Amino acid sequence: MRIAVRHETHYTYATPPKSIIQLLRLTPRSHEGQHVISWRIDCDADCRLKAGEDAFGNITHTFTVAQRVSSLSLVVEGHVETFDTAGVVRYAVERFSPLLYLRETALTEADAGIEDLGRTCLARGPLDGLHELMGRIHARMQFDTDPTHAATSAKDAWSLGRGVCQDYAQIFIAAARAGGTPARYISGHFFRDDGVVDQEAGHAWAEAYIPDLGWVGFDPANCMCPCESHVRIAFGLDYLDAAPVRGAQNAGVGESLRVNVAVSQARAQRQN
Amino acid sequence: MTHFDEMKGSEGVVRSCYRLVEDWLAHTPPTLLEARRAQAELMFRRIGITFAVYGEQEATERLIPFDIIPRILSQSEWVKLEAGLKQRVKTLNMFIADIYGAQEAIRAGVIPEDIVLRNACYRPEMAGHRVPHDVWVQIAGIDIVRVDDQDFYVLEDNARTPSGVSYMLENREVMMRLMPELFARHRVAPVENYTDELLTCLKSVAPASARGEPNVVLLTPGQYNSAYYEHSFLADRLGVELVEGNDLFVREDVVYMRTTRGPQRVDVIYRRIDDEFLDPLVFRPDSALGVAGLMGAYLAGNVTLANAVGTGIADDKAIYTYMPEIIRFFTGEEPILKNVPTWRCREEDAAKYVLDHLGELVVKEVNGSGGYGMLVGPHSTKEQIAAFAEKVKADPANYIAQPTLSLSTCPAFAGDSIGARHVDLRPFVLTGANGVRAVPGGLTRVAMKEGSLVVNSSQGGGTKDTWIIEDTPGAGQRQQQSQSFQSQGGS
Repeated sequence: MRIAVRHETHYTYATPPKSIIQLLRLTPRSHEGQHVISWRIDCDADCRLKAGEDAFGNITHTFTVAQRVSSLSLVVEGHVETFDTAGVVRYAVERFSPLLYLRETALTEADAGIEDLGRTCLARGPLDGLHELMGRIHARMQFDTDPTHAATSAKDAWSLGRGVCQDYAQIFIAAARAGGTPARYISGHFFRDDGVVDQEAGHAWAEAYIPDLGWVGFDPANCMCPCESHVRIAFGLDYLDAAPVRGAQNAGVGESLRVNVAVSQARAQRQN
Repeated sequence: MTHFDEMKGSEGVVRSCYRLVEDWLAHTPPTLLEARRAQAELMFRRIGITFAVYGEQEATERLIPFDIIPRILSQSEWVKLEAGLKQRVKTLNMFIADIYGAQEAIRAGVIPEDIVLRNACYRPEMAGHRVPHDVWVQIAGIDIVRVDDQDFYVLEDNARTPSGVSYMLENREVMMRLMPELFARHRVAPVENYTDELLTCLKSVAPASARGEPNVVLLTPGQYNSAYYEHSFLADRLGVELVEGNDLFVREDVVYMRTTRGPQRVDVIYRRIDDEFLDPLVFRPDSALGVAGLMGAYLAGNVTLANAVGTGIADDKAIYTYMPEIIRFFTGEEPILKNVPTWRCREEDAAKYVLDHLGELVVKEVNGSGGYGMLVGPHSTKEQIAAFAEKVKADPANYIAQPTLSLSTCPAFAGDSIGARHVDLRPFVLTGANGVRAVPGGLTRVAMKEGSLVVNSSQGGGTKDTWIIEDTPGAGQRQQQSQSFQSQGGS
């Protein structure tokens, strides 16, 4: 499937900051399940985007705005050809042994409940266990954008029983690790087949390492393994490692943020 | 428990390096010692050298008790210790470079891969990166204990941001003012050139991009940090700017310091803040202590951080247990300094043994420091032991255990009389482009409570000045000296 993504991030500042610095993870890489056809990032401020890679090999862009601006817009646009690999991720950039992804982080710390969940499910063997885990999280959690935010930990979201795809993914990761299975966080985009194009945010899911299969995606918010509807952008131990935007500003108050994500099926381009 | 006394030896015969000190103690009335102690305290108060103790509501700033009786090591003891320290710190640097590079030690099976990769101190950000001159640990503090007159044991390696060196320097200054007569009788190796050595070391590891004389700054978390006094003291002695995160900024991968004359490029940051707080874009996003973009500048090779990011992997207590093998692997030599025998509770048999013998062992959290979160079996109540057993059972991999070593003692002036108190030693080891150097001496920490083995200042321990002197001090001048001490005592 050829997926078109347009991801806009608009900041406005009541009092403009003296300077802004941001680290972006907004650019996908190709692997067996996806081929990046075209991709670009535009920033409306007077700055230079410096491309690089983070620890995991995700593509990053860093920029600094050194003068006061009252608004800042980032527009990301691109086309990706996706293929259904039943969730298996092959030929992606892998810099570390799966053992690294057993590490607990503040956002993916397991409490007794999550630990129990992970151990119980994974006692059934990795593949069945992870599907069971995904099913249980999907059944227990209620999708709700209100109560959680970017810094909500897996255990807080689990005890609330509510959250968004980020929370679902981090609960899945915490439980999988507690059950002895390496797991990691994926940020990306999701094409909805119900005709809804405009979304409030990007998507997130998890990948777990299964011996003999390698890394396999699990999308507990949709209760499915990622398929050709998913565009994989960045990964890491938790949300913070894969966050689309991490920034800091010097002074300035009253920041407000508006995000628009449009994910649609691209029509084959016709030459006229 | 029997233990080795560094003055009286094991058989009660005064060891030759302590001869003059013993003589001085024998001829100095307690009232005079008390007067000196009070004077010393006054000096420290005037200097303002304080220490914050976490978890105590009242008196967040307090003086660390100072003991006026110097701790003595002979030149020949120091020669051995120094060789061991150099070997250990060289190895730490090689080990860290390897962990973030080729990982030969893992491939050769010297150390299990999961212990490294699952460790929160292992920084994926550093994988594949090299640092100037391959120096990762510019400043190390190695905690040393003795149990006899033969061996030195390493209790722990500190390869992140070891503190305490200001006490080593201040203790010496105060002692020189209080006890000139005792100094005159010994040839004490100097420590006061430490800050010159440190500055030379820091400049030597400046990035190749530094123009002219490298600009060095000291980055502190600020005045609420327990070691803030030390940060300001060192910046002052080094003659470098003491900065907080807000004083620095990054532009196009270069670090600048805000000054009244405009931005000034920074080449080397002696940072006294932990990895996690260095850069909110890469580590903890809520950190207000660091500098946004610092890691980008660092990885681009435009600034040197001392110590490097990710050195915590080498001073982790789980890694410590493998140090003898690591030393053999990287140097081909036998370790000169011994490791305290350690049970790794991650291993099932070890965990079982530890749980069965909690009452005899010292149990520590793998990532703990400062004496927090540890159990000293022989000094704990049944309830404390039972509570700790639950913690170990819940997460065995997080704990290691060691036998309660009968640490050596030194004479200390405690209250109104002289008594033997347990001590350890933290020598400071500097590594620059031109090699490794240990400053003769270090910080002696002393458990001021009789019989106590916990020397951490956060747990009420005190400090002593540490003297490296000739093996047989003042040979042939004994008579004259005792007389002079007598007259001192009488004045």
